[in-house]
Amino acid sequence: MLEVRALKKCYGNVVAVDGVSLRAGVGENIGLLGPNGAGKTTTVSIIAGLLRPDSGVVTIEGRPLAGDADPVKRQIGLVPQDLALFDELPAMANLQLFAALYDLDGAPARRAIGEALDLVGLSDRARDKVRDFSGGMKRRLNLAAALLHDPRILLLDEPTVGVDPQSRNAIFDNLETLKQRGKTLLYTTHYMEEAERLCDRVVIIDHGKVIADDTLPGLYRLLPVTNLLAIELENGDDGLLLEPLQSLPGVRSAERRGGTLRVGVRDLAAETPRVLQWLVDQGHPYRHVVSERADLETVFLNLTGRSLRDA
Amino acid sequence: MMVPFRALVRKDIRLFLVDRRALLMSFAIPIAIGSFFGFVLGGQGQTDTARIAVLAVDQDRSAISREIVTRLTAEKSLEVKPATPDGARAAVRKGSATVAVVIPANFGQQAGRAFFGPQQKPEIGVLYDPSHSAESGMVRGMLAGDVMQAVSKEMFAGPSGRDAVRQSLAEVEQSQSLAPNDKKDLENLLGSVERWNTRSGRSGDSQAGLSGGLTMPFTTREEAVTANRGVKYNGYAHSFAGMVVQFVLFLGIDVGIGLLQQRQRGLWKRFRAAPLSRGVLLGSRAVSASVLAFFVVLVNFLFARLVFGVRVEGSMAGFLGVSAAFALMTAGFGMLIATLGKTPEATRGLSIFATLIVVMLGGAWIPSFLFPQWLQNLTVVVPTRWAMDGFEAMTWRGLGAGAALAPIAALLAFALVFAGLAVARFRWEAEG
Ligand SMILES: Nc1ncnc2c1ncn2[C@@H]1O[C@H](COP(=O)(O)OP(=O)(O)OP(=O)(O)O)[C@@H](O)[C@H]1O
Ligand SMILES: [Mg+2]
Repeated sequence: MLEVRALKKCYGNVVAVDGVSLRAGVGENIGLLGPNGAGKTTTVSIIAGLLRPDSGVVTIEGRPLAGDADPVKRQIGLVPQDLALFDELPAMANLQLFAALYDLDGAPARRAIGEALDLVGLSDRARDKVRDFSGGMKRRLNLAAALLHDPRILLLDEPTVGVDPQSRNAIFDNLETLKQRGKTLLYTTHYMEEAERLCDRVVIIDHGKVIADDTLPGLYRLLPVTNLLAIELENGDDGLLLEPLQSLPGVRSAERRGGTLRVGVRDLAAETPRVLQWLVDQGHPYRHVVSERADLETVFLNLTGRSLRDA
Repeated sequence: MMVPFRALVRKDIRLFLVDRRALLMSFAIPIAIGSFFGFVLGGQGQTDTARIAVLAVDQDRSAISREIVTRLTAEKSLEVKPATPDGARAAVRKGSATVAVVIPANFGQQAGRAFFGPQQKPEIGVLYDPSHSAESGMVRGMLAGDVMQAVSKEMFAGPSGRDAVRQSLAEVEQSQSLAPNDKKDLENLLGSVERWNTRSGRSGDSQAGLSGGLTMPFTTREEAVTANRGVKYNGYAHSFAGMVVQFVLFLGIDVGIGLLQQRQRGLWKRFRAAPLSRGVLLGSRAVSASVLAFFVVLVNFLFARLVFGVRVEGSMAGFLGVSAAFALMTAGFGMLIATLGKTPEATRGLSIFATLIVVMLGGAWIPSFLFPQWLQNLTVVVPTRWAMDGFEAMTWRGLGAGAALAPIAALLAFALVFAGLAVARFRWEAEG
């Protein structure tokens, strides 16, 4: 469906994209995850034909883009990171224009606009000027504008950035619906929760390079620890020795911060009772236990040594 | 192909129509400034220009001085009021009067004698406001005629004239300096005038031919020369052409800035993501800009036509041709603006400055026929000069379509050059 091979793009001295390769099959949902400035937008822009790469190729259904007016571009719907809408015009006029860019006119255009507005829940606001929309509504309209020509591939560049939780959930629901309709989604974000919720596969990029490309379970397998027990001890720091705990079968790591013990285990169901029993046996009663699952944040941290948020 | 093109053009026109600032800048402001300049610069030609304020100080109070004041007062272009010497000086200094004419005591008597003889000529003081020296020249010209008439009339018909002639005769007879032949001729001349005066005084009626005094042996018939006879210069034709040129170019700037803003706001990404050639994207903007510019030109001139009677006295086809060529030039100019700066803000300041310079040199503020010749020769390199010449030729100059061809050709050439440069320099990939 969509294949990207060895893309490279520099702006002066800045290497924005440095050999990115990825592929997305029909109906697949790919997350492109990376910190600010990782090269996500640049990659998406190259795929959409807005930027010419210094080297590398993009093929859509096996064919590279041949010029600005290549009809293959109809297969792509781009949701830009910026709110690319005419504030001064009503939502309807915006959508009519964007439909017309794909040669849609008259009844087919009206039908497409109706469906898109329905999906994002803005049918009753079609006549209002975009200027009067809330931030979340503008984001939803920004999405609707990319759907009018019924593209098979959607390139979504941070479609939820700066949006309240309610609108974000609405957009997630929209994307899940689109996924069910068989669309291929390439979704950039620097929120790992979004990638976890929506994506079949996650491509992590940093400094323009792909540093991981796998399904979620595949990515978690990269981690030495996927499950963590946080145990609050009854008596605080009571002289507990970590070495015997670490040498228990199934325990991967153990560390103590203040009165809380953090134990990494391979299999939560098998290991948890054994660890807790061991603590009681050794005379270290506990007050509270929670389990934490490793997330993409941990994956990123593990891969780069930096946190995704402050990378 | 046509659907996206039409939609893009329609979008630009819609954005213009909902943009209050653009409407203000394209209609309200040029109309307001054009009306003001047209009014100040002589208006429609048929209404009188303001009369010149003149103060007359008569310290003589003789028949001659009274006659001079009466004649000055009768001049259509003067507004004459009596004044005291000090009052007159103060008024001219303040600017509330343009010229003051001071007739000194004994003027009549001295002027009468100087009329025939070699006596010292009396002086009439003319006080004038130096910022109105042209008007003071006009007043001096009228004054010369009026004094000549008043003095000669009195010399040939009035009682003081008889005294003056008699006195002059006596002076000539006693003169030691005159050559005998000249003395004889002057005595004959003055003697004849004295006999004439005595006779006309006795019969009680004055001779028709001389009762009005000596007059200038000509009058003038003035006609402002435009190609069609009878067409008057209309100050509004110039001022509206000038403001149309200026504010339509501002519209062109907005077109360029608008392109930069759309690119900055990411709208350009949507356009570029669609399967559309660059020709469609830039071409549609060029077409919409031309249509809007043409529309703005027509609306402004229509207003000038309805309210101030600015007519296309020349060729209507020529006028429309100049308007269309100017609109295309504006579109090219706007596209070129979009390639100049990196950000909309930086570009706007620079291009407004450049536009004002070009507008000034094109003669949109001060008509270029008032420029020194070398500057007139030089300004053919600015497109606005051709637009102004074209509009003026087709409106008040009333020239035929032939006179529009050169401006149209020049404007189209500028349009092509601008558009070519714009396409070559346009940064398609810039993210803003
Ligand atoms: N037009 C441009 N000119 C110069 N440098 C650019 C340009 N666009 C992007 N860059 C640089 O390229 C790098 C990648 O930018 P890009 O916008 O692709 O990152 P991103 O992953 O989308 O970041 P964000 O999460 O902030 O959107 C950055 O270092 C950026 O500064
Ligand atoms: Mg980005």
